[in-house]
Amino acid sequence: MREIVVISGKGGTGKTSITAAFAHLASLQGGAMICDLDVDAPDLHLLLGPKHFEEHEFRSGFEAVIDQETCVACGMCVDLCRYGAVRKPSWDDFAGYGIDPLRCEGCKVCVQFCPAGAIGFTEKHCGQWYASDTRFGPMIHAQLFPGEENSGRLVALLKKEARTRAEALGLGLVLCDGAPGIGCPVISSLSGASQAVIVTEPTPSGRHDLERVADLCRHFRIPAAVIINKFDLNLQNTADIEAYCLDQGHALLGLLPHDEVVVRAMVQAKCVTELPDTPFSQALRSIWEQLASLEPRAARPALFHSTPTA
Amino acid sequence: MIYAIASGKGGTGKTTVTASLAVLWDRPVMAVDLDVEEPNLHLFLHPELTGEEPALMEVPVVDTARCTLCGQCAAFCQFKALSVMGKTLLIFPEMCHGCGGCQLVCPEKALSPGGRELGQIVSGHFRTDHVGSGRPEDAPFLMGRLRVGEAMSPPLMRQVKARLPESGAADILIDSPPGVSCPAVNAVMDADVIVLVTEPTPFGLHDFRLAVEAFRPLGKPLGAVINRAGIGDTSVQDFCRAEGIPVWAQIPFNRAVAEAYSRGEVVARAVPELRAVMLALMAQMQGAAAASKKQEADHA
Amino acid sequence: MTGIIAVTSEGPGMESMVDPRFGRAAGFVVVDLATMAVSYVDNGGSQAMAQGAGIQAAENVARAGAGVILSGFVGPKAFQALAAGGIQVIQDVEGMTVGQAVDKYKRGELTTADAPNAPAGGHKG
Repeated sequence: MREIVVISGKGGTGKTSITAAFAHLASLQGGAMICDLDVDAPDLHLLLGPKHFEEHEFRSGFEAVIDQETCVACGMCVDLCRYGAVRKPSWDDFAGYGIDPLRCEGCKVCVQFCPAGAIGFTEKHCGQWYASDTRFGPMIHAQLFPGEENSGRLVALLKKEARTRAEALGLGLVLCDGAPGIGCPVISSLSGASQAVIVTEPTPSGRHDLERVADLCRHFRIPAAVIINKFDLNLQNTADIEAYCLDQGHALLGLLPHDEVVVRAMVQAKCVTELPDTPFSQALRSIWEQLASLEPRAARPALFHSTPTA
Repeated sequence: MIYAIASGKGGTGKTTVTASLAVLWDRPVMAVDLDVEEPNLHLFLHPELTGEEPALMEVPVVDTARCTLCGQCAAFCQFKALSVMGKTLLIFPEMCHGCGGCQLVCPEKALSPGGRELGQIVSGHFRTDHVGSGRPEDAPFLMGRLRVGEAMSPPLMRQVKARLPESGAADILIDSPPGVSCPAVNAVMDADVIVLVTEPTPFGLHDFRLAVEAFRPLGKPLGAVINRAGIGDTSVQDFCRAEGIPVWAQIPFNRAVAEAYSRGEVVARAVPELRAVMLALMAQMQGAAAASKKQEADHA
Repeated sequence: MTGIIAVTSEGPGMESMVDPRFGRAAGFVVVDLATMAVSYVDNGGSQAMAQGAGIQAAENVARAGAGVILSGFVGPKAFQALAAGGIQVIQDVEGMTVGQAVDKYKRGELTTADAPNAPAGGHKG
C-alpha cells in the first residue's frame, strides 16, 4: 500500500488543486483512495464533489461545564483556571459563572477542586467525518467545527479509515491532501506515509516554510519530493529552491507556471486536467508520471493492519 | 486598539496586507506575528531584531525524596504527562499542557514548577514609511516562533500575547495564523476588530464562510478584504452583501504585486497604486474600531 | 522457561496476528511461560486517547505483570515508560501470529532492544 501525502507548509501554494489532479490521473491508472486531511479548512471536496454514504460524529477531548443549580458562586474556578476560560458574571449579569468552550483546555482542574462539585466534565463533539464517492473514486474527509482543537487525532482516524477501506477495495494507493503548517495535524498527516510531496512557491514565505516542513519530513524519515508552483514569478528564487533540493537530497518533481487555469477549473468545480490542456496541465501530467515512478517504498503496511474499530 | 488580520484559507494575503498596513499606519503602531508555526511577517518588514528569548511552558518537576509514588498526579492528569512505572514517577514534559493540576493534587507537595521550551519570542523594530514626516520612523515588532516538532501553538501564542503592552499607546496589528481551529481563534479572540482576507475563488469563499462562522460569535466588528479581485467570480462579494459583511478593500489581481511579493517587498511600497487601497483600508479599520468603542461607551 | 511475556495482538488468542503497533495495539496476549496459561488484556482504552496512548499501553502491560513485551514498533515515550517499569522490549516483531512470536522467543531467536525503533506517535515533543 503506497501512501502519498501532499503538504505545503505555507497555505495557498496550490496543494489542493494539485492533489485533485493527481486523483484524476490516478483514477485513469487503477485508482486510489482519496483522503482530505485538512480538517480545519477542507477544500478538496469543492473540486471532487463527493456524495457521502456514511457520516460519523467525531468526539475527542473533554470540556468543563458549570451546573448553575449547584454553583455557589465562590469564584474559586476563576483563580484556578490557567487559561482564562471562566467567565465571571458582572453585577447585572444573570447568567452566572460560565466556561468559555473556546478557551477551556479540558484540564479538569476546576472540576476537581470546585467545592460544590458543580462542574461537569463532558466529551466534546468536535466535528463530523464522511465516507463518500467521487467521480474519481472513494474519498474520506471531515470537517472540524470552527474553533476546535485540531489535535491530529481526527487526521489519524481518517488515515486509518482510508487505509482499511483501500485494502478492502483492493486499491494499492492512498492519496492524501495534507494539512497546512508544521504542527500536530501535519505531523499526523505524515505518520506512516511512504512519500511526502511538498508544494512550494518561489517567494520568501514559500522558501521559509518549505524548509520547516522538509525538516519535519526528515525528522520522521519520510522521503520528500518537491514541486515548485508559480515558478515563473521569480526565476532567481526558483533556482535557489532547486539548489536547495539538490543539496538536501529532495527529489524535484517539476516546475509549474503561474496559470489562471487553476482558478478557472476551480470555478467550474473541475481539476485542471479535465480542462483542455495548457502548459500547466501538461507539466502536471509529467510530474505525476515522475511521482508514480519514484522508487516505491511501501508505507509500513503492518502499522495499519485492519483492526476492528472499538 | 488591537486589529487581527485573519483568514480561513491560507495564502490569501494576510501577511501581505499586514505588512503594508504596518508601514503606512498613521498612528503609533506595533506589528505582531502570531502565526507561530510559520511566521512570515519578518520576511517583509525586515525588522532589526534586538531580543530573542525562549518561551517556556510550566511543567512539573518531582522531588523524589518527597514522592511516595501514590500515583494521584498520574491518575488526575488528562494528558498522560505523568506515569508511575516500577519505582519511578515518569514525567513527559512534551505532553504537559501546563494546567498546574498535578501540583495541586499531590498530597506530599512533591511536585513543583519547571519549564519546557515551546519556541522563541523575538522582538525588534521595523522601519515605517514615515521617514522625515514627523511620524515615528521605527515601530516595535514582536513574533513567536514555534520549535519544529512542538505540536501546540496556543501556549506560545499566549506568551507572546502576554508581552503586548498594557498601555494601549500604540495600535497593534496582528498577523494571525490561517484556518479556523484553535490557533486562529486564539489570535483573534482578544482583538477589537477582525479583518478577514479572502480571494474571490471557490476555495476562498468556502474557507471565508468557515471563518465568518467561527469569528462572528466573538461579537467584534468584522470586515473583509478581497485580494486578487478579478481572478475568479463574484460569489465572495455576493456572500458579503447577503451577510452584511462590509468589504473594506478590494485588491485587484496584478502580476506586478505577485512578483514584488516574491521578492520579499512590501507591496504597498513596490506598487504605488496599492498605497491608496491600503490607506482606505486603514481608515475603514479605524472607523470600525471607533464606532464599536462609542457603542460600548453608550451602553455603559 | 519462566516469566510472563506480553505480545501486542490483533485478537485474544495465540492464533491472532501480532499487532505491530504498541500504543494503539488492539490488545495484549499475556503468556505465563511456566504454565503456558494465556490471557488477554484489551487495549481499546489507549486506542481512544487523543494523546498518551503509548504511555497508557505501557501501564496496561505493567499491570498485567509482564516482564517482557513483544511488539512491532514502539515509540520513544512508551519505550521510556516500559524501561522505567523494568519491562524488556523486543520490537520489529510483525507478520506472524502471537504463537509464532512466543515460539521464537522461547527458542532465543529474538533480541532485546535498547532503543525505540519508531518515531513519536500521537504527540510529538
